[in-house]
Amino acid sequence: MDKNFAARRRRDLIIAAVLTAIAASAPLFVKNVYIQNILVLTLMYAALSQSWNILSGYCGQISLGHALYFGIGAYTTELLFTKFGVLPWFGMLAGGGIAAAIAMGLGYPFFRLRGHYFVIATIVIAEIGLLLFQNWEWAGAALGITIQVRGDSWLKFQFMRSKLPYFYFALALCCIAWFVTWWLEDSKWGFWWRAVKDNPEAAESLGVVVFNSKMGAAAVSAFLVAVGGAFYAQFLAYIDPESVMGFQFSLLMALPAVLGGIGTLWGPVLGAAILIPMTELTRSYIGGSGRGVDLIVYGTLIVLISLALPQGLVSLLSRAKSKGATR
Amino acid sequence: MGLLYGLIAVGLALIFGLMDVTNFAHGEFLMIAMYASFFLFSYFAIDPLLSAPLVAAALFVFGAIVYLLIVRFAMRAKANAGMVQIFTTFGLAIVMRGLAQLFFTPDYRSIPPSLIGGKTVSIAGIFLPEPQLVGALVSIAAFAGLYLFIHRTDFGRALEATREDPGAVALVGIDKNRVFAFGWGLGAALVGLAGAIMAVFFYIYPDVGASFALIAYVTVALGGFGSVFGAFAGGIIVGLVEAVTALMLPPSLKSVGIYAVYLLVVFIRPRGLFGSM
Repeated sequence: MDKNFAARRRRDLIIAAVLTAIAASAPLFVKNVYIQNILVLTLMYAALSQSWNILSGYCGQISLGHALYFGIGAYTTELLFTKFGVLPWFGMLAGGGIAAAIAMGLGYPFFRLRGHYFVIATIVIAEIGLLLFQNWEWAGAALGITIQVRGDSWLKFQFMRSKLPYFYFALALCCIAWFVTWWLEDSKWGFWWRAVKDNPEAAESLGVVVFNSKMGAAAVSAFLVAVGGAFYAQFLAYIDPESVMGFQFSLLMALPAVLGGIGTLWGPVLGAAILIPMTELTRSYIGGSGRGVDLIVYGTLIVLISLALPQGLVSLLSRAKSKGATR
Repeated sequence: MGLLYGLIAVGLALIFGLMDVTNFAHGEFLMIAMYASFFLFSYFAIDPLLSAPLVAAALFVFGAIVYLLIVRFAMRAKANAGMVQIFTTFGLAIVMRGLAQLFFTPDYRSIPPSLIGGKTVSIAGIFLPEPQLVGALVSIAAFAGLYLFIHRTDFGRALEATREDPGAVALVGIDKNRVFAFGWGLGAALVGLAGAIMAVFFYIYPDVGASFALIAYVTVALGGFGSVFGAFAGGIIVGLVEAVTALMLPPSLKSVGIYAVYLLVVFIRPRGLFGSM
């Protein structure tokens, strides 16, 4: 078993390296800006979903309020940049730090809650954040912040002429989120989280500090999501509360992981790779009429996938593999 | 207002609270009910309050069908049951919004002041607009009815037993699907009732449900899962808190008070006020 586990982990690492190399060379072939845009979003959602998966998948604390951290990352970066001229790179880290601190602060009361009470509390706290930002005049209130264009530069992380730098940053973020997950899977924390998810009482009795494990997962997860939010803000060059902190985002972050396979290493990447292009394509090809047909198609697909594959698309792969093994 | 929130929440209390099935399409049920009463009014000139029973009956059928066609299968999932339910019903909600946009257009619609609209009644010197008053009365009646139904009839007991232990229930000859389909129908019918009344004083548009759905969840959780009385009390508290917050803060922040009270309550009592789960 141990040998298999180690071999599987080595194999995962190799697959990831190959996929990264393929993804990194994609811009050589894909010159279409529209498709590049979809690729950037796909990578970003893969990264976000991977981060969400750490807390909700591995540790089992289902959060539908991660839009809060996403928005905090976006707002911290842009407020520091537009009001104080702080470079987005520092803003990103500051946003991540603040989000992690808030996640841990909220963890104290939140992690006492179980099941639905916890999920609703996470939705509610993100909604409070949204309403506060909508009414915070200094931060642009409901109108949001437009980021001044100061010419293309890596220093200011701003690129108007090409999408490629954003593409590579999103790819890097996705790799980092994946690698953190990969590394955590085999760490003390990873084992603790799975124990906490399966049976918190038993884990506690065996000496797992349940509360601290949850806090750790929340902090890592919030930090990475906030960095994603900072990236998104720079990418769009415009943010408003609804577009970075809306409830929709919390669901969009969870969806790839759930469809791909919650609590698995490859689920979020797989889910995002299928879901995001599908969303964008239905939106642009059928959504143009503005009559809701894209919503109908999109919603139907979500219903069908979640009914047909409750353990996510990853379960298809492992099922195929176990069939091959027994043969 | 609180009683109206209560009325929206009571249907959810049945589905979410008593049967322990997550329904993210609850707001869309409400939206459909509001459209139904709008069209009954504009094509057949039936007053929303008179059409309320019709709408409730239609929603009953709709709720039961949704259960039998979709939710039944979502509940079968062995792994990640919670997430499967959340995203199946979320997908359903998106489909319903899309359908509403397609057939009803995204326009805002409203029902002109009807039979009872616009008038006010004074009770002991307090003036109340009539639709709200009717809404409040219907809400109280619905709660009382549901409470008696759950605690005094065989069906209510069957419902609770089915949630507790579907296997054992099957052994004594109760068909789980029939019980739950009926429960979903009943939950949807109550939302239908709420929608018909609310159609009188709210704009109707495809996304209208979303704004009320979250408050309904908070109401049910505040009162505590598994308790009909809790949802009723939750509704009243939510209404009061909203009114008080509206006095102190700008109107755009009025929901913050509701959310803050929810957090405060569950931090002190993690099972909600009257919850048993």
